[in-house]
Amino acid sequence: MSTSQALSVTSLKGEVTALVVDDDKVSQVIHHHLLNILGIENHVVGNGKEAVEIHLSGKKFNLILMDRDMPVMNGIEATKKLRDMGIRSTIAGVSSHSVSQERQAFIEAGLDDYHEKPLSVAKLLSVVSKIMHKA
Amino acid sequence: MLGWGVEFLWAEMNRLLSLLFHQGVLDEQFLQLQQLQDESSPNFVSEVITIYFHESEKLLRNLRLLLMDRELSDYKKMEIHLNQMMGSSSSIGAKRVCNVCVAFRAASEQNNHAGCLRALELLEHEYCYLKNKLHELFQIEQQRALASGARYPAHQN
Repeated sequence: MSTSQALSVTSLKGEVTALVVDDDKVSQVIHHHLLNILGIENHVVGNGKEAVEIHLSGKKFNLILMDRDMPVMNGIEATKKLRDMGIRSTIAGVSSHSVSQERQAFIEAGLDDYHEKPLSVAKLLSVVSKIMHKA
Repeated sequence: MLGWGVEFLWAEMNRLLSLLFHQGVLDEQFLQLQQLQDESSPNFVSEVITIYFHESEKLLRNLRLLLMDRELSDYKKMEIHLNQMMGSSSSIGAKRVCNVCVAFRAASEQNNHAGCLRALELLEHEYCYLKNKLHELFQIEQQRALASGARYPAHQN
């Protein structure tokens, strides 16, 4: 059974929107696909600056999947900036292989959740369940 | 005869996958990726892997260029490229490539030029092996799909 078949009962179509912030094209495609399977309408941007700009354009999201290491503006800077702008969306940090100080700095920037890559269906579901409880 | 072909190819695919898991080349994340493929996205895995190959080869070229000048090696830039390669490799389950990236990053953090060069050579080797094996896997899968289609022509829409 494919993941989409197993998840067909958990479709969140229309309930949750998300923003994927990641410079890595492989992660972009996988995270976009994972969110689609869950019925979560989502946008994809390539760095923290684009994440800030899309919010300045007036768009809002329930969930932001924020990569830490990106060019132009990294995830730590982008998270701080978004929080300073008053953005209260659930921001889940995702990163590859961090040491505890790096992880702590990212969390202290204003994350609601943190996961190491790869982002699996189970990890994404745990993030989404926090949004549903928040609502 | 065609039925035997499909089963033989299925067994070949599983044999190759088992080998790659046993060697630590792939991990469980690759299976997760396969499970994301379905009728609405029948080529999802090959599309993701194609993007991975394209991006990885760019990163490897950039790393090679950064290491060409011993005096002016930009270790910060190297770490950025390595983080990206680690992230994409872990996302497709390329465990051995990811592990070499970790070692490479450690050498880069110490500004260890010789260590970085050694790590890059190992990374290029691991990446080539992975790419060849994944190509092999996709070829077998294509043959299996063709053989299945030939076996059940009445079921085609």
